[in-house]
Amino acid sequence: MLLYILKRVFYVVPVALGVSLLCFLLVHIAPGDPLVSVLPADASQALVEEMRKAYGFDRPLPVQFAIWLGRALGGDLGTSIASGRPVAGEVMKAVANTFILAMAATLLGFLLGGVLGFVAGYFRDSWIDRVATTLSIVGVSVPHYWLGMVLVILFAVTLNWLPASGAGPGGSSLWAWDWEHVRYLVLPAVTMSVIPMGIVTRTLRALVGDILGQEFVDALRAKGMRDGAIFLHVVKNAAPTALAVMGLQLGYLLGGSILIETVFSWPGTGFLLNAAIFQRDLPLLQGTILVLGIFFVALNLLVDVAQAALDPRIRRG
Amino acid sequence: MAPPPAAATILPPAQRHRGYWAGVGRRLLRDRVAMACAAVLLAILLAALLAPWLGLADPYRGSIARRLRPIGFTTPQGFTHWLGTDEQGRDMLARLVHGARLSLFLGVVPVVNAFVIGSALGILAGYAGGKVNMAIMRTIDVFYAFPSVLLAIAISGALGAGISNSLLSLTIVFVPPIARVAESVTTSVRALDFVDAARASGAGAFTIIRVHVLGNVLGPVFVYATGLVSVAMILASGLSFLGLGTRPPEPEWGLMLNTLRTAIYSQPLVAALPGAMIFVVSICFNLLSDGLRSAMDVKL
Repeated sequence: MLLYILKRVFYVVPVALGVSLLCFLLVHIAPGDPLVSVLPADASQALVEEMRKAYGFDRPLPVQFAIWLGRALGGDLGTSIASGRPVAGEVMKAVANTFILAMAATLLGFLLGGVLGFVAGYFRDSWIDRVATTLSIVGVSVPHYWLGMVLVILFAVTLNWLPASGAGPGGSSLWAWDWEHVRYLVLPAVTMSVIPMGIVTRTLRALVGDILGQEFVDALRAKGMRDGAIFLHVVKNAAPTALAVMGLQLGYLLGGSILIETVFSWPGTGFLLNAAIFQRDLPLLQGTILVLGIFFVALNLLVDVAQAALDPRIRRG
Repeated sequence: MAPPPAAATILPPAQRHRGYWAGVGRRLLRDRVAMACAAVLLAILLAALLAPWLGLADPYRGSIARRLRPIGFTTPQGFTHWLGTDEQGRDMLARLVHGARLSLFLGVVPVVNAFVIGSALGILAGYAGGKVNMAIMRTIDVFYAFPSVLLAIAISGALGAGISNSLLSLTIVFVPPIARVAESVTTSVRALDFVDAARASGAGAFTIIRVHVLGNVLGPVFVYATGLVSVAMILASGLSFLGLGTRPPEPEWGLMLNTLRTAIYSQPLVAALPGAMIFVVSICFNLLSDGLRSAMDVKL
């Protein structure tokens, strides 16, 4: 097991390095001078040169990358051009908010998708299977930012049950798990959960069907095991894959929340990215994407390890 | 008298070739859901292509006096806005039909590009194996390490708004998954006996790839790619929705959804229309892709 973990970690290092290189290069594929947004339009050439030195843009690219990476490893992601505050602090605050949203959506989607997928896999070609399949295809096909708008129209504008946007009275910094705050979470989390719901339903339906077709199920049935006990065997066999899908989905939602956060003005990383893009705040863009990318890589590693812990076949293979 | 053997045993070439693909076509034609989706997509595509000749209103000309009118609104001059007007008083029906051009283009073209580039990279990696495989696949892993939405937004955000930048960023997003599938299918095909047989009989690498690998790899990869079109539609419109894709006043569904966001209080039905179009097209592509997958009996 330890060997397996070491092997995975060893494999992740170059990927993480590649991810940071890609983030670093983002600033350099951007057209125009990254300093344009800090400097006044009539800045003198001397001032431009001075700023260029201060931000380190005057050195060769590999050197810039090495310096940038070294600082990033130490937790320094540079300074936001627009606000003048350290990027790391801004990103961490936003990540916490996005995490609340993504976690709620993943759990919701996983619960619903898990039940639907299992039932559909068990009762193939029944009416309930058709309902589950339809729901899952709707879940993966619906433009979620539009679904968010539709839910706002229904539950905030027409029925006036839930707030349309924001994260509650505390704003971005004071989140609490009481109804006063949670009611702001309901619509964005439900909107976001349709994606994992659809994917989990599809995956589990196929998986449960496959498992039920295997010989060991016939063997268990032949020796007289009851359906409830067989069900537990099926759950045990489906668990590693289900876990992997859930982990991946959480990662996708953490990184892909920008559209939903924009619709609901949720103060998370997506909101931050949006601001960074439109103010051409490249250090902030770079830092946010780096943190989300590394999060995703780490989450994948965690999923791999957890999967191996649950399923001995994986760590031996 | 013995009957002439040729007619009985050897079928005419036209019939001999109707093996696999005829079966796929027959199964697909019998799939009612897939056919219905194909019909809807075809209708939208035709409307988009013929948009200037359908007698619609000018999709760019607005009117301050007739902003955000409801569905079925008729002007005093007797012109009916069947689907209402948008926040600048432009006819929604005309904009939705014209918008289909850009929205479909931005959804389909990146996947086509990625299909060509991704299959080439994947087949090269899978066939060459060894160091070439390592170099290609590890690079692809890095791109794969980003959630697709984040990667698309990161690249578009850095490059700036615009149709060509969206095309580029979406292509980059879809190359890695396609290359992965192509690589794994190629690797498994390469290990099959008929490839060894071809090599033993003196076929060169190019011939083996052209005849044996392409024939067996492109089918599954194509099916996989069709499934990505719906994701691409949602992502492309999403970029425009964020202001990173098409620029106003161009009609495009994602952008229309964005500019109509403020109208959800006054004209919720009109504001929801562009998104409904994205939804319909995306679900049709998904169902058609599912139908194609089972008709071609591809397991990925």
